[in-house]
Amino acid sequence: MDSNTQQIRTRSFAPSLSQTAIAGPSTSRSGSPAAEDPSPSPVRSFLHARGSSAGSDRAFRWLMVACALTIFAIVALIATELVMRSEMSIKKFGFGFFVHSGWDPVTGDYGALPFIYGTLLSSLVALAIAVPLSVGLAIFLTEMCPGPLRSPLAFLTELLAAIPSVVYGLWAVFVLVPILRAHVNPVLGATLGWTTLFTGPNYGIGMLAAGVILAIMILPIISSLTREVMSAVPYAQREAVLALGATRWEMIRMGVLRNARIGIVGSVILGLGRALGETMAVTMVIGNRPEIVRSLFAPGYSMASVIANEFSEASDDLYLSALVEIGLALFLVTIVVNALARLLVWAVTRGAPVRVAA
Amino acid sequence: MGVGITVKDLDAWYGTHQTLFKISLDIPANQATALIGPSGCGKSTFVRCLNRMHETNASGRVDGTVRIGAMDIYKDAAPVEIRRRVGMVFQRPNPFPTMSIYENVASGLKLNGFRNRRVLDEIVERSLKHAALWEEVKDDLRRKSGASLSGGQQQRLCIARALAVDPEVLLMDEPASALDPVSTAKIEDLIFELKSQYTIVIVTHNMQQAARVAERTGFFLSGKLVEFDVTHKIFTNPGDKRTEDYITGRFG
Ligand SMILES: Nc1ncnc2c1ncn2[C@@H]1O[C@H](COP(=O)(O)OP(=O)(O)OP(=O)(O)O)[C@@H](O)[C@H]1O
Ligand SMILES: [Mg+2]
Repeated sequence: MDSNTQQIRTRSFAPSLSQTAIAGPSTSRSGSPAAEDPSPSPVRSFLHARGSSAGSDRAFRWLMVACALTIFAIVALIATELVMRSEMSIKKFGFGFFVHSGWDPVTGDYGALPFIYGTLLSSLVALAIAVPLSVGLAIFLTEMCPGPLRSPLAFLTELLAAIPSVVYGLWAVFVLVPILRAHVNPVLGATLGWTTLFTGPNYGIGMLAAGVILAIMILPIISSLTREVMSAVPYAQREAVLALGATRWEMIRMGVLRNARIGIVGSVILGLGRALGETMAVTMVIGNRPEIVRSLFAPGYSMASVIANEFSEASDDLYLSALVEIGLALFLVTIVVNALARLLVWAVTRGAPVRVAA
Repeated sequence: MGVGITVKDLDAWYGTHQTLFKISLDIPANQATALIGPSGCGKSTFVRCLNRMHETNASGRVDGTVRIGAMDIYKDAAPVEIRRRVGMVFQRPNPFPTMSIYENVASGLKLNGFRNRRVLDEIVERSLKHAALWEEVKDDLRRKSGASLSGGQQQRLCIARALAVDPEVLLMDEPASALDPVSTAKIEDLIFELKSQYTIVIVTHNMQQAARVAERTGFFLSGKLVEFDVTHKIFTNPGDKRTEDYITGRFG
């Protein structure tokens, strides 16, 4: 391969050029572009002098490989550290730790299940609220919004992403929770109580409050990325659908959403990642009680919250070790959820090309 | 049966830039009508005014009347109704990349709620045969995506997609510009065959093609219709000096 590039680099194109000049009709023209030309074109000599650039290309490749390897190293480092520091808890509880529900520092009884449940359920509630909202927002912004309103609205949604989560938490405590308690929860209880998802004492704080605040927090991520992929769909795709006699909504469904679906799922995965790991705002409204209750009104606990709340007061080694193992569980859950989501993308789009033809 | 098209005093703009000036012509039913003219003269804009696609462009604006059959398309009907009756093949192929070949062809019918599988299968096969693509794709109709075809195959796929909804008028904007001579000949055969049921408007840069397939030809220049007449007359005895210059290649 090296000798090949060498050959290409040193071979002169001049002889073949002069041959075509002789063979072709251009010989009759004044001034032949052949090698004997006293003043070669500056562009040609510049490009010839550049060579194959194989060396710098190789260096670039190794640099990129190094970047990629750094990611692996970081992930591996985190995983080994988590495993090492939770060794005591792993030895004592084994795999049962992940499926046991109990959390009592006094008796030394620890299990991760209520926290896993809390993290997954609050994130699921967040997705259920945020995905339709943010896709709707993205559709409005790309397809229907009057021009002058577009960038202010887009800017506003992106501004939501920049607000620190503790501010969201404060807002949730003082505004969202009272609203939920006084207005939303009673209505939900009355209308959807039969699902048993909205029953029991109504404190305001609880799983539903956590899900709603998470939804607000991941909405800007999902909607801005969705907007991005939707506006990347070529206009010709919209035209193709319209020319078949489609209404506006049919055009959006077939010409835009369908072409953008991979990107939309990608943005949902990113939003989910943020929801799973979000700590502060959730801690402030989820209720912090390690119980598994079906009702969304009931307080719960999330993995990130329990670590943040109890890490500083973990008085004995087993307690600390159990908390680190919760961290390990969060790490694993995040990986598994992401893997499942990617599997879903793959299943949906199997055979279909990833990129939209321009 | 196709229907005739009557255009009267049609003006079109992109923003403040006027691209069509007072176009008036009668496109007869069940014939092919060719539109020729130099690049940028407004041929695409004109055909896009015939199915109200021009106004989908944010800056597009139209004035004048277009009648398709008895219907004034800018007064009497909604754009979606017109586009269901007037099919279009775009200048640049635009198949749906996330759909299989089959789904691409069936997309127009599916969109409008047509669900009968057996009939769909038949229509897809017939449309692909009409568009001279069937033999090349029949083995992976459902496996291959619309975007995995070559440029010329994509164009024929778009023709099949337009045919599947059985429009009364078919607008073809340079349908053969990316095709080899064999496929081009097949498309021209198709146009001949379709004339009995459709009214066809075809934009082309290929004069021989216009001469071969079209009963009538219109010559556009800088947004104006210079001459519109029987094809034979346009190519042998044009009434306007500019038409003659263009078709003899002395244009410029
Ligand atoms: N999307 C657009 N926005 C603004 N101006 C446009 C747009 N499309 C076309 N135009 C302008 O309208 C005029 C007519 O364009 P049109 O596409 O109708 O030409 P055409 O005859 O189809 O050319 P060609 O043979 O190259 O396809 C051109 O001057 C062009 O610059
Ligand atoms: Mg054109």
